[in-house]
Amino acid sequence: MTKENWTIEIKPKKKWLDIDLKGIWRYRDLYYMYVKRDIVTVYKQTILGPLWFLIQPIFTTMMYMFIFGGLAGISTDGVPQPLFYMAGIMLWNYFSSAFNVSSNVFTANAGVFGKVYFPRLVVPLSGITSNLIKFGIQLLLFIAMYLYFYVKGASLHVNAALLLFPFLTFLIAFHAMSWGLIVSALTTKYRDLTQLVTFGLQLFMYATPVIYPLNAAPEKYRDIIALNPLTPIFETFKYSCMGCGSLDWGGLAYSTLFMLSTLFCAVVIFSRVERNFMDTV
Amino acid sequence: MNDIAIRFDHVGKLYKLGLVGTGTLSHDLNRWWKTTILRQEDPYLKIGETNDRSKKGASEYVWALKDITFDVHQGDVVGIIGKNGAGKSTLLKLLSRVTSPTTGAIRARGRIASLLEVGTGFHPELTGRENIYMNGSIMGMTRHEISHKLDEIVDFAGVERYVDTPVKRYSSGMIVRLGFAVAAFLEPEILVVDEVLAVGDAEFQKKAIGKMQDVSKGEGRTVLFVSHNMAAVRSLCTRGIVLKNGLIDYIGNSKEAIKYYLKEDFHINKGQIKDNIVWTKNGLSITNIQLNHSSLVQTTITSGQETLSLRIEGETKQDMQTDVMLILKNQDEVPMVSLAEGHCKGIIEKIGKGKFVIERTIQLPKLLSCGDYFADLFLHHPMVEWQMKAPHCVDIHIDGYQESFGRPLRLKEEGFMGLETI
Repeated sequence: MTKENWTIEIKPKKKWLDIDLKGIWRYRDLYYMYVKRDIVTVYKQTILGPLWFLIQPIFTTMMYMFIFGGLAGISTDGVPQPLFYMAGIMLWNYFSSAFNVSSNVFTANAGVFGKVYFPRLVVPLSGITSNLIKFGIQLLLFIAMYLYFYVKGASLHVNAALLLFPFLTFLIAFHAMSWGLIVSALTTKYRDLTQLVTFGLQLFMYATPVIYPLNAAPEKYRDIIALNPLTPIFETFKYSCMGCGSLDWGGLAYSTLFMLSTLFCAVVIFSRVERNFMDTV
Repeated sequence: MNDIAIRFDHVGKLYKLGLVGTGTLSHDLNRWWKTTILRQEDPYLKIGETNDRSKKGASEYVWALKDITFDVHQGDVVGIIGKNGAGKSTLLKLLSRVTSPTTGAIRARGRIASLLEVGTGFHPELTGRENIYMNGSIMGMTRHEISHKLDEIVDFAGVERYVDTPVKRYSSGMIVRLGFAVAAFLEPEILVVDEVLAVGDAEFQKKAIGKMQDVSKGEGRTVLFVSHNMAAVRSLCTRGIVLKNGLIDYIGNSKEAIKYYLKEDFHINKGQIKDNIVWTKNGLSITNIQLNHSSLVQTTITSGQETLSLRIEGETKQDMQTDVMLILKNQDEVPMVSLAEGHCKGIIEKIGKGKFVIERTIQLPKLLSCGDYFADLFLHHPMVEWQMKAPHCVDIHIDGYQESFGRPLRLKEEGFMGLETI
């Protein structure tokens, strides 16, 4: 028998860490197609189209102004309330939508996954990318509001930390994807986790400085909130364009390391599940 | 040998029956404890149990595939046949890497494209053109490749007029055509096709089979094809594998495999013809039936034989008028020839109380191709009553003088056309 040069080997158990980066690169066109599909199909047969992405944050901002700003009287650190809430809502929306799309990878794509093999990571990666569009539209709204308040003479200070913005977005995206993938891997078998997660995500928002600045939190809770890896991201963004809060390099480093380690775990779990999930989903 | 395209090496796939969500956490923990920590054998893998879906098994785990070992050579077109639940689709799923095997390994050379479903990933809101890109990239093509072949794909599918219309407006046939067209231009080394051609119209099925033939013969690619359509398997495949309850039952030449598969269900197990009587009239008992001078359930009509003898012995408690009806059917249960003199000529035999013998010598029709048949036998008083029913009571093999030619009854007869084997 001559030398066996098989190109494909299908075996029951592969290495415990098996990330097919080459495969993902080879399927980059599929990634592109998925992103394109998400963007194109979202507005089909709607009247207002992308406007929906604006209506939701505008109304949420108004609601927060009424409840948290008005009734509860939570400080916004001298920043005009609409702007402060809008910033938080915008970032949070991106986090939660990227998280949701990642956590539904298996259940939402069971049909396709059951028929064709391709690196499954392409789907969550394209999901966090296509959600950037929605994020971008809301960012435009934020910029418009910002300019309005700036012209009106509110005390807003832009600083060099704004250059970190792409990195902050990147951090949010991969935090969301990592957690989403872990959840998606677990929900293929135990479906009740989805209930817990929807509810948990709502609570998690209040553990993140979305509607309040970190320094407005009571002293004894501040350390706990600082443990939240999203906290430095939100704080840094608000600091960079509105001058409130603080720039905490240590916090950002913590958030980055946290993201990298969860991403690693997530990919390991995900690659284990993707091989056999069709039998359990 | 270096021309082996796919090698299955003791491949098995285990499934759990029932609801996956019930009690699995404890099973999971148990299994994990036993296999990972104690390094023992998996407590839920019971060896030796076959997957027969109609019978109740002792274990709640089942081998959908077990110990599958075979090689596929490059350029082979392998037809995989078997009943529902025999493991055909599981086999293709493993090969498509949709799920992974429990035991063993599959090794292959070259790119595998699987067509377990036509038009995977089609989005109803996208146009035909966009969906070609979508589906093509799911199958592993690059955008560049797709653009290059777009015209050919559209042309093959025959949907040029609708190419910029969302596929939700397509007819189901058009969706299938478009999906198959994309797959047809995939150019993989190994093509895996499940029963997907069933939806297209006759013209398209022909086109699809032709395309698959081109792919295997012209371009030397390997095709694995699962189908219940024996005609398609026969015309397309060079080799055949019969799966039964997750095991390989037969492997070989595709024609032989089909024959084997069809016979499988076809044979009668009971020893004597009279044991296959399903119903008799009250007061009537049949003691023996002989067809072709034999009371056994298998008989052969030899080449050149002109008559077929039939003898029925029995006892009746009252006088009766009766007639014999004998129908020969082919394997697809299509009646080929029948004997029913009562209907045709009005000849009804009168039988008195007591023991009786009915005898017939039947002139065999000249047109009866060689192959496997079975006989239905009835006693009745036409338009009055049934007396005995014995459907599928004898297997008859008709010998031709040559394998694929019909059976000219008298070889010397001039100008006689024999029937081809179907």
